[in-house]
Amino acid sequence: MVTQERLTHLKQLEAESIHILREVAAEFSNPVMMYSVGKDSSVMLHLAMKAFAPSKLPFPLLHVDTLWKFKEMITFRDQRAKDLGFDLIVHSNPEGIDMDISPFKQGSKVHTDIMKTQALKQALNAGGYDAVIGGARRDEEKSRAKERIFSFRDKHHRWDPKNQRPELWNVYNTAIEKGESVRVFPISNWTELDVWQYIYLEDIPIPSLYFAKEQEVVEYEGTKIMVDDERMPEELRKTAKKEMVRFRTLGCYPLTGAINSTATTLPEIIKEMLLSTSSEREGRLIDKDQEGAMEQKKIEGYF
Amino acid sequence: MDIINYLKKHENKDMLRFLTCGSVDDGKSTLIGRMLYDSKMIFDDQLAAAESESKKYGTTGEKIDMALLVDGLQSEREQGITIDVAYRFFTTEKRKFIIADTPGHEQYTRNMVTGASTADVAIILIDARKGILTQTRRHSFIVSLLGIEHVIVAINKMDLVDFSEAVYNEISQAYGLLADELGIQNTYYIPVSALDGDNVVDKSNHTPWFQGKPLLELLDTMDISKEQKSENFRFPVQYVNRPHLNFRGFCGTIAAGSVSVGDDITVLPSGKTTTVKSIINAGNITEANREATVQEAYAPMAVTITTEDEVDIGRGDMIVHTHSLPRVSNSLKVMLVWMDDKPMTLGRNYDIKRATSVVSGHFEHINYKVDVNTYERTQVKALELNDIASCRMILTRPIASDSYKENRLTGSFIVVDRITNNTVGAGMIVGVSRRDEDVLKRGSKHYSDAEKALNQFIRDNFPEWECKTV
Repeated sequence: MVTQERLTHLKQLEAESIHILREVAAEFSNPVMMYSVGKDSSVMLHLAMKAFAPSKLPFPLLHVDTLWKFKEMITFRDQRAKDLGFDLIVHSNPEGIDMDISPFKQGSKVHTDIMKTQALKQALNAGGYDAVIGGARRDEEKSRAKERIFSFRDKHHRWDPKNQRPELWNVYNTAIEKGESVRVFPISNWTELDVWQYIYLEDIPIPSLYFAKEQEVVEYEGTKIMVDDERMPEELRKTAKKEMVRFRTLGCYPLTGAINSTATTLPEIIKEMLLSTSSEREGRLIDKDQEGAMEQKKIEGYF
Repeated sequence: MDIINYLKKHENKDMLRFLTCGSVDDGKSTLIGRMLYDSKMIFDDQLAAAESESKKYGTTGEKIDMALLVDGLQSEREQGITIDVAYRFFTTEKRKFIIADTPGHEQYTRNMVTGASTADVAIILIDARKGILTQTRRHSFIVSLLGIEHVIVAINKMDLVDFSEAVYNEISQAYGLLADELGIQNTYYIPVSALDGDNVVDKSNHTPWFQGKPLLELLDTMDISKEQKSENFRFPVQYVNRPHLNFRGFCGTIAAGSVSVGDDITVLPSGKTTTVKSIINAGNITEANREATVQEAYAPMAVTITTEDEVDIGRGDMIVHTHSLPRVSNSLKVMLVWMDDKPMTLGRNYDIKRATSVVSGHFEHINYKVDVNTYERTQVKALELNDIASCRMILTRPIASDSYKENRLTGSFIVVDRITNNTVGAGMIVGVSRRDEDVLKRGSKHYSDAEKALNQFIRDNFPEWECKTV
């Protein structure tokens, strides 16, 4: 007789996420997994590698490169693709490149719309994906708390928050028409603490930007941002000073706030997180644009 | 505390999912906001956002409106009601909690059913001034229908009845009768004031007569292990993993019981038998070792199983132990919750998704509809949005079926409209319809020549008996 110990919360979450990933692979003909290089993406990739072992991933990973990501993210991304042998698709909005979009010039709203939201739509249309796996979590933001794990999108990638399909037990409705798609969020039920704890337990590689290091930073729109390249306006760069900082999320370097920290190990990061008094998204400049900002962005097709 | 020790402790935490039932008037969002706030899961910037929104939409005057911390969508905040299921999270040293926060009004019955489907525990809020209301009966019915075995009755707004023990006793006793009527196994009663935090996290000084635990402590310590009661191995095949010719693995999440290498297994509905050759527990896979195997695995692990013989197995099949076969049938008695604006019509074809199998089918007969408030049964010909009814479901192919009572994951299904693709209903298997025979038994039974001759004789001479051919 097998002794059936109750699984720990992380093992339960892990099993649930693997179930969701397999459901996608089984039910959709052309799925893709979003890969943003951040810690949540790293966890998703790790889960997917478990779900389909000993096979390779049955779907490609898609990175929407806004061309303003931290340099280290790109190096890290390419190294992971090489080590794990997954198919990597990278897309940047060619119109945005022509317009030479910069968060410093056009601001975060325009930059995010053109280089992120529009670029994502282009990549999804080009790939004709019927399922797009994303790493969003319900604890991140209030409108996400209500989104389904299998979240339906119409032909225009739009989300209708008031008309979501009921989602019961672990039975997911995967039926769609041609041209429609679903966004699937396998780590919906994980919290930031769960993610960190899992990275620690499973020893999952993440970019070193998450750990405190001495970096060149400047004050920009009320947040500390890192000087990652020469494209930062000269007058801003002149104000740069060296500080011990790390990042709680990774995105476009001009839009990602650094926090002062001395946490150089995972336990130290987790400790800092537990003691901190501001939620993770505070470091992202996007959400502050307007109240209900995320709900609006999601309706328009943003992840 | 030392962070390494802290992490050790939190590695071994359990998880508990609960549902909160009640309407805005009962202070449900306030209670959740209070739990999140007092367990320090609300961060400063979210609190600041709630403060500024309190001025705009708040209903609590000078105090921060806790409800605004949890009411998610902008349209809902403006209306001051919760209209969809929202999931919230908080953690203590012992458990991680997932709250399904659902609306309480009758027009949102489907949302509550949705939230209840994954919950281990339900918290039913009762306004101390009002006692058991129609909605309490409705919420309790849905909780029992969805198989939730533990109900915490939070008697709220005790501050408005001077923390009266008599009021508490009266409501507890009245609810006890209701729980008995519905067959709810375990009930717990707590006098609370969500607005001020009495008996939510800490024991209140206002209720010296109350001997029980405050809400959070109860949630932390209650035993829910009995939830996993079915020991019969059930493995719905989700995905076939075939990296190369020498490996053919059947992936899925164990819905119940356990399995070991060497076990005799049967594949349903085909009835073919084989033996377990190897088991991969996906959770144990590492980057360095992508072929790690285990000797045994159990629910709710996500695993990959290989078999000794090359048997035809595909997605939608159910692998079970040969010594504990479920019934296999295409005719099932079910409880159905209708979730679509368009009514359910008898005879119409729908897709039925149960675990990993999708089979088309229709509802042949409505035995009765249950009134969620009075529990009265009535005869109807169609089901409207939020109707709950006992029906007979006929599938185009037989499936291995456990009752929902025995197994929540293999006894439940969703109904998908074949034209709109919407999830239009959710159901729970009550049993195999008695009128129909068990397909598996019929298929495997061997008849002697004499029995076959008898069958032939009956069919020839007594056609009015409608005897089946063997």
